[in-house]
Amino acid sequence: MKQSILSKWLTTIAGWGVALIVFFPIFWMTLTAFKTEKQAYSPDIFFTPTLQSFRDVFARSDYLTFALNSIYVSIGSTLLCYLFAFPAAYRMAFYPTAKTQDTLLWMLSTKMMPSVGVLIPIYLLFKTGGILDNIWGLIVIYALMNLPIAVWMAYTYLCEVPPAILEAARIDGANIWGELWHVLRPIALPGLTSTALLLIILSWNEAFWSINLTSAKAAPLTVFIASYSSPEGLFWAKLSGASVLAVAPILVMGWLCQKQLVSGLTFGAVK
Amino acid sequence: MSTNVAAAKPKHFFAFLQAPSVVVLFLWMIVPLAMTIYFAFIRYSLLNPDISGFAGVENFQFLWEDPAFFPSIWNSVLLVGSVLIITVVAGTALAVLYDSNFFGNKIAALLVIAPFFVMPTVSALIWKNMIMHPVYGLIAMGLQKLGLPGIDFFGEYPLLSVIVIVSWEWMPFAFLVLFTAIKSFDQEQKEAAIVDGAGPVQLFFSLILNHLSRAISVVVMIESIFLLSIFAEIHTTTSGGPGTASTNLTYLIFSLGLRQFDIGIASAGGILAVILANIVAYFLVKMLAKGLKQGS
Amino acid sequence: MKKRIACLLALLCFGVSVMAQQKTVTIATVNNPAMIELKKLSPKFEAANPDIKLNWVVLEENVLRQRVTTDVSTGSGQFDLVFIGLYETPIFAKRGWLKEISNIPVEYDIEDVFKPLRDGLSYEGKLYALPFYGESSMLMYRKDLFDAKGLVMPEQPTYDDIKKFAAALTDKAKGIYGITLRGKPGWGENMAYFDTVVNTFGGQWFDEEWKPTLDTQEWRNALTFYVNLLKEYGPPGASSNGFNENLALFAKGKAAMWIDATSGAGPLFDKEQSQVADKVAFANAPIAVTPNGSRWLWSWAFAIPKAAKQGDAARKFALWATSKEYVSLVAADTGWPTVPPGTRKSTYDSPEYQQAAPFAKVTLAAMQAADPTKPTLKPVPYTGIQFVGVPEFQSFGTVVGQNIAGVLTGQMTVDQALKANQTAVERAARQARYGKK
Repeated sequence: MKQSILSKWLTTIAGWGVALIVFFPIFWMTLTAFKTEKQAYSPDIFFTPTLQSFRDVFARSDYLTFALNSIYVSIGSTLLCYLFAFPAAYRMAFYPTAKTQDTLLWMLSTKMMPSVGVLIPIYLLFKTGGILDNIWGLIVIYALMNLPIAVWMAYTYLCEVPPAILEAARIDGANIWGELWHVLRPIALPGLTSTALLLIILSWNEAFWSINLTSAKAAPLTVFIASYSSPEGLFWAKLSGASVLAVAPILVMGWLCQKQLVSGLTFGAVK
Repeated sequence: MSTNVAAAKPKHFFAFLQAPSVVVLFLWMIVPLAMTIYFAFIRYSLLNPDISGFAGVENFQFLWEDPAFFPSIWNSVLLVGSVLIITVVAGTALAVLYDSNFFGNKIAALLVIAPFFVMPTVSALIWKNMIMHPVYGLIAMGLQKLGLPGIDFFGEYPLLSVIVIVSWEWMPFAFLVLFTAIKSFDQEQKEAAIVDGAGPVQLFFSLILNHLSRAISVVVMIESIFLLSIFAEIHTTTSGGPGTASTNLTYLIFSLGLRQFDIGIASAGGILAVILANIVAYFLVKMLAKGLKQGS
Repeated sequence: MKKRIACLLALLCFGVSVMAQQKTVTIATVNNPAMIELKKLSPKFEAANPDIKLNWVVLEENVLRQRVTTDVSTGSGQFDLVFIGLYETPIFAKRGWLKEISNIPVEYDIEDVFKPLRDGLSYEGKLYALPFYGESSMLMYRKDLFDAKGLVMPEQPTYDDIKKFAAALTDKAKGIYGITLRGKPGWGENMAYFDTVVNTFGGQWFDEEWKPTLDTQEWRNALTFYVNLLKEYGPPGASSNGFNENLALFAKGKAAMWIDATSGAGPLFDKEQSQVADKVAFANAPIAVTPNGSRWLWSWAFAIPKAAKQGDAARKFALWATSKEYVSLVAADTGWPTVPPGTRKSTYDSPEYQQAAPFAKVTLAAMQAADPTKPTLKPVPYTGIQFVGVPEFQSFGTVVGQNIAGVLTGQMTVDQALKANQTAVERAARQARYGKK
């Protein structure tokens, strides 16, 4: 597609400008992680960096346990969620019925109850089931909470698949697995991967249930952060350090997924 | 999106593909919902043994007679509406901008998505203390250099400040979904339209927006559900105040119910929140009917 | 080969048996510096008690409170030891959720612990929690700024004095504010401080028949004074300043006076954190009409939930962590100014502490004078100086706090706030059926 040099420059500047502005608070937080508590409140950009806050964080908390729990819960719940969501989305996208829209809306309505209204009922359920402070309890509850989102988004991306392709494949004699692997995957993969990434992030950052339903063993990074926010006294550098540590694994995961997401797939497949 | 393909396959196998999800969700929904309805109609405070017995509609009354009730509903709607508009407009604009594959746009895209990775509590704390604080926040320091007094964001513009924070957090979600959707836009159609003489504005509005309509509808529906129960950001920054300026319905339920562990009130609030969410969803569906249907 | 296997098996059995006997005590704690220090020193306890392993769950105050209340009230037994405050202890004890702490060894010297704390943590004469640290409130001020203007702080200042001092010391052009006070809404935030103002101006929450009294002249006086003081001589954005923000402001030298928790003094002396370490002095919290309730009383204490699985091991740890020996341990590790304050008389009797902590004298006086059973000028049916010892206080206390913050930011007038407060507490009292027992 032809683009004049000027418009190319304009888009580059605009794109990067927005990116830098949006990213700035995170940049600032990361910077603060390398300051001392005393410096943390000042706006200096140039200072001698120190790893003190990270050292404090590692000395104070068992970061690895929290991080591993977060990883298990996010990935575990996303996989479990997909297990249920993908067939449903497939069915709704390719074999919709009159009830499909209603079902989708109903699924979304299961998320309408705010967590604060339902803390005690859920807590009692978990207590009776003996799955308090249990990593599987968290995985299951997150999978259930994210199921409507997963179905909606997978449905949306699967709807993008031109039916002509599927038909062509079937005429060529492909069975369901061939259809999935060879035809559907290349087209829907970016969408499905971005859905997976979003689900992982939602699970990663979910604080209310993860704090209330765990104590020592299954606690993920949200509990870790809750031990650094708003204590008595100065805490900025440590909180920034803890936040950097809490965001790092998922940023890495996101960057790896980037390749799947933005690999500029075109749909020449249609032709 | 045609349904012709269905005719060629036996329907019953595929009919069961969505059953597991539906059954599991139904069970997951029904048990807590039943418990919540039960609690809503009894007097049940975990901490106060003197509150007991059947309550009738007392719990509901306590909530809707509160002077903050209708303001909180209005705040909820305002919060959701504003964030939706900001994130969808920004998300779409950025999706189109980044679609043009400018230099280093993959890295820039990661920067734009970054806010979604940060925990809401941490985001709120960063904005509150590092950026917006009227004495030692960055904005205040910048204003001081210009000789202006600091602005008390959370004191004078509490709801607006919360909207800014929440929009910052959720714009990446909209961007990610829309960007992925825009990538699936058929280049050939685009080229054909340009050959036909369509200018960029016309291109955008008639073709791209149309293609994105389903994705935008999905973003709107999903974000609304989340935004109606925004809690952490308000709790960390303004605690719903000053007065009730930044209290949304979820925060009110917390404030009147959960904070004192009055489960009756909290459950009644939950029911009311579900009713509100259903009303909002109804209007949203009406507005987005075209985008939600499978016709594009 | 057989010998090796036998040895390995023996080792395995031994290891398993040790592990089987090992009791894991899960502790829920708030993330204040004193507790973090306790966690740091706790391996010493584990070394002395090899059969006990400690599992720490550290959370910020609001989150901790919710988590602990949920656990304790549903008898879930997720925690063996919890940190709760002076506010929750009688409420939890009344509900039968806590194990009584009895048969305390003589060496522990329970009489050494301040009586107001012991009483506050008891219910019907039985002790349910061991205080880890206690605090009251006091006035912290910049001696250098006072000296520069030739001002002298009396040992017991009145609020009129404070107003005069604030007026003389405020220099907004230089970024110095005469006084900074809590403004952030919350029953434990701005209300903790403001409640003491109401008390000392002669006001109260309920009369003896449990009728709310928030629209009285005393409340009006207190609120008007507080708002005007902050508006004229306080920093901007006062309505979002809680303890931490004010500590930061004072530590950076931006405020001449600060009335807040006695535990704020320690960090102010830390040269790492504070720019005013050598310029701080202390006085009693100001009074107005009555000295009752002018200094608050708070304590974070160890309690053992009824459903705790390792109650005995938990009790052992709690006794260790609140003992005189522990105080010495902290003194040796991070110095006397950082030992857990406000719990034991012996700490305050120690000459090292008196020398290292100039705030000790004022803190001691405050701890001994604070009486939660007589928080107000006139008698009241509740206990608690900076809180009302009823479960609903968490809710209506915060609503009142929000309205007061609303007056600070100019969104409500004093009269509107008073009326709104009265309505809120009336509704809460009706819902909870106060006075109808």
